[in-house]
Amino acid sequence: MFDFLDSGQYDLLDAFWVTVKLTVYSAIGSLIWGTLLAGMRVGPVPMMRAFGTGYVNVVRNTPLTVVVVACSLGLASTMGVKLGGETFEDIGFRMAVLGLIAYTGTFVCEALRSGINTVPVGQAEAARALGLSFFQVLTLVVLPQAFRSAVTPLTNVLIALTKNTTVASAIGVAEASALMKTMVENESDALFAVFGVFAFGFIVLTLPTGLLLGWVAKRVAVKR
Amino acid sequence: MSSVLYDEPGPKAKARNLAYTVVFLVGFGLVLWWVLATMADKDQLAAEKWTPFVKDSKVWTTFLLPGLWETVKAAALALVIALPLGAALGIGRLSDHAWVRIPVGAVVEFFRAIPVLLLMVFAFQALVEFTDIESEIRPLYAVVTGLVLYNASVIAEIVRAGILSLPRGQTDAAQAIGMRKGQMMVYVLLPQAVTAMLPALVSQLVVIVKDTALGGALLGFTELLYQNRAITANYGANTIAALTVISLIFILLNFALTSFASWLEKRLRRGKKSTGAVVPQDSVEAGAGGAVL
Repeated sequence: MFDFLDSGQYDLLDAFWVTVKLTVYSAIGSLIWGTLLAGMRVGPVPMMRAFGTGYVNVVRNTPLTVVVVACSLGLASTMGVKLGGETFEDIGFRMAVLGLIAYTGTFVCEALRSGINTVPVGQAEAARALGLSFFQVLTLVVLPQAFRSAVTPLTNVLIALTKNTTVASAIGVAEASALMKTMVENESDALFAVFGVFAFGFIVLTLPTGLLLGWVAKRVAVKR
Repeated sequence: MSSVLYDEPGPKAKARNLAYTVVFLVGFGLVLWWVLATMADKDQLAAEKWTPFVKDSKVWTTFLLPGLWETVKAAALALVIALPLGAALGIGRLSDHAWVRIPVGAVVEFFRAIPVLLLMVFAFQALVEFTDIESEIRPLYAVVTGLVLYNASVIAEIVRAGILSLPRGQTDAAQAIGMRKGQMMVYVLLPQAVTAMLPALVSQLVVIVKDTALGGALLGFTELLYQNRAITANYGANTIAALTVISLIFILLNFALTSFASWLEKRLRRGKKSTGAVVPQDSVEAGAGGAVL
């Protein structure tokens, strides 16, 4: 039943490795981009607040598939942005990461904003009374606590991001779901086995993330 | 406007904010200028690439509107099928009997943990193997099947959260007047849970609408995003214009749904007749299995 695994025809590990790489690069990028967006949205400059709010509302309501396809067809093919990639695979991978960061950043921003809301008002007031500027209040007092209470929603964003990397197959990135598509067509007599293998692969990727970060969330939670 | 994080700006802060605004606008302007310059360079700003969307009604009647209709159809079908299925799974997960609770829990967690695209690809191939559905409508069936499997398990969690959000007294009172478990569910808990979970359900609809685009890009389902290929083929490689219009339609549709969900949530929270319990729109994200982005 599982003899397609031994045929040596399909490199499962390689495909899942691309999935992992997509996840890790996009996770780091969207954490940075999301933090910047959250900073803009709670900041004192009206223009930046408006940009943050507008960006989040627009991008969150666009399907990820459209964002990724727009990166590939619009940015790479039409406008010739290559992001330093040489080959077709390279450019596709980088565009997928860019699209995932642009999309996931909005969810990171919202998770952080809900974390900022858990910080008691008195703390920010006390910090202001000490004469700290907005930037100092945000980076020294509010954000460190916000991050700690946002671990659970951020975990969910990370898990969703792991699953969302499958969208990259829409622009020809050879990750797990792309391989599954090839395999179900070639090994159609083992359809359920192929599906089971890939489902198992994603459970292996997402379940430990959830458990580990769930444990971290409990450890770092600010007791109030 | 003042906030917890900063004071009402004084003269100095006002000057500083102005400086930040200027710097931000200059940066934004530079990016915009680069985008427009590159687009002009690649001939994407030419009027004939954009005017079809305003002047030529054929682009709407032959491509965009049929695509939108397919998107709406798939989303509506998926919601209508997933709703009862999800309700059954959600109630099953709250069952007193372990032999119901545990398998249902496993099914829900399984379908929540794997990407919806995998489910669609699987459903597509399963339809090829085991049914004789015509190849033209096969993508629609595959997309709806994938969406139903995934969203039924997410809705199950919403239903469970909705029932658990009701005050404990409701169950006590129902038991006190001698209702059986089934009666309690049907007459007392479910009707109230439905109002509590309405906002979360509307937001889930946004997720479903967004996920239909997967079928267009990968399974040849002729929804809105898919029309991008046909439009660029017919109107002279206006990729950016076509994608802009398509994203705008998606954004307007989903923004309307999101706003409706927030309005509903606010209204239900204010409501005095209900228990005031509302399942927060993102509550379903708080599970081990996965999230609803």
